[in-house]
Amino acid sequence: MLSLASKMGKRIHLDHASARPVDPRVVAFAQPYLGENIGNPSSLHSVGLKARRALEEAREEVAKLINAEEPESIIFTSGATEANNLAIRGTALRNAQKGKKVVASAIEHISVLNPMKELQKGGFEFHLAPVNSTGTVDLGRLREIITEDTILTSIIMANNEIGTIEPIKEIAEVVHQKGLYLHVDATAAAGCIPIDVQADGVDLLTLSSNNFYGPQGAGALYIRPKVKVQPILPGGGQERGLRSGTENIFAIVGMGEAARIAQAEMGEEARRLKEMRDKLIEEILKIEEAYLTGHPTQRLPHHASFRFSRIEGESILLNMDMRHNIQVATGSACSSKTLEPSHVLLAIGLKHEEAHGSMVLTLGRGNRPEEIPKISEAVKETVERLRRVSAL
Amino acid sequence: MVEIGYSKKVLDHFMNPRNVGTIEDADGYGKVGNPVCGDLMEMFIRVKDGIITDIKFKTFGCGSAIATSSMVTEMVKGMSIEEAMKVTRNDVADELDGLPPQKMHCSNLAADALHEAIRDYRKKRDGK
Repeated sequence: MLSLASKMGKRIHLDHASARPVDPRVVAFAQPYLGENIGNPSSLHSVGLKARRALEEAREEVAKLINAEEPESIIFTSGATEANNLAIRGTALRNAQKGKKVVASAIEHISVLNPMKELQKGGFEFHLAPVNSTGTVDLGRLREIITEDTILTSIIMANNEIGTIEPIKEIAEVVHQKGLYLHVDATAAAGCIPIDVQADGVDLLTLSSNNFYGPQGAGALYIRPKVKVQPILPGGGQERGLRSGTENIFAIVGMGEAARIAQAEMGEEARRLKEMRDKLIEEILKIEEAYLTGHPTQRLPHHASFRFSRIEGESILLNMDMRHNIQVATGSACSSKTLEPSHVLLAIGLKHEEAHGSMVLTLGRGNRPEEIPKISEAVKETVERLRRVSAL
Repeated sequence: MVEIGYSKKVLDHFMNPRNVGTIEDADGYGKVGNPVCGDLMEMFIRVKDGIITDIKFKTFGCGSAIATSSMVTEMVKGMSIEEAMKVTRNDVADELDGLPPQKMHCSNLAADALHEAIRDYRKKRDGK
């Protein structure tokens, strides 16, 4: 084990979809709000007002990142899970008199699907909109599913497991033909691809700070002006009454600065990552019985996801980590709390035994082009080694 | 503190699995699991005078599936088939300094594969 560890090179983080390091510029910017500026934005004294001003500046930056109509359209939350819950439960419950039907794509994040299932228990009708083998929402089927009583449809902007980017503008048109509101979970997309809620016709949109190198513990829900939502956390009435609780100022201020940096640097960074990503896909697809999952071109620029036949994902993850010091993700059953393979991989039509052999690589700011050969070699070694052991 | 992740011994057996492979004309062969569930194990044994003189395995599955397969082969090599039949899933997990609770059921089939191989050996022997 020791000799192995000493042979291992520098850690290569390829699981940015799960966690990103906070940008040092963000830390420096937000640091004072852990110490000297630790005011409560609800306090009326000078330190409280300073915190309030910082909170409102962060709101402006986040609004700009997605081209929201006004900063007030942004409601800060503790993260994407809370934003998704507010979007789904808050909107459905507030508009229940207009209809009882809610719709989600089959590849939504579990923090969208589970609130929808809760609504179903409470008397709502819940429908899943299927995707094709590339993970793209089937617009024809969506059109059939959405009826006049569909008050909320939730579609992921880009999927975290397979990278596929959805045609949100077309989806919004389909949703609004008969249905009421479209919620878009942009957690994985924000900071990686441009987002324009006005041009796309989005009613509600979820963001997570850490996905664009901000601190964990902050997220946001964009709510288009005049869209009616009720709070799911009643209390002191912060965030226009929609999200009570003292604001996590450090994380929110950091999220604002991270949003500003993302806007400024996204284009160039996306080009850099895409070039590395394309090379990585090219190399890994040279391995026998290796397949890309998700859309070949309409995918997040930093995202490469695969499946390998005859081997299992948790083993892939372990070998990449232990032998090569490269951290990857998998949608395998053995890596999940439920011991079920990823619903996303099943939704794109993979069989259970195929879904077990998945590996997700998500590049980020710390990755360098010179790492690509090492990563490709490590994947090759891992697949070969596990296949030698495999009973299939 | 709650145990996080795999024990050192599990990781060692995963990283350096013992007795990987097949035995041609094995005296006993056992296969358990299902690729649909994510685990499939094959066990091959050579038996001489009631003693397991050689054992090999092939496993499709997660880290603990591979580690338990490797572990069981090490445990029963040189053991009589009667003793080997008594080795349980829990014995294998204990020998590995434990498995995460969710792995105890699904990825701890190595003892079952071994028992299948012994039953196959007995069937062949008694059939002769």
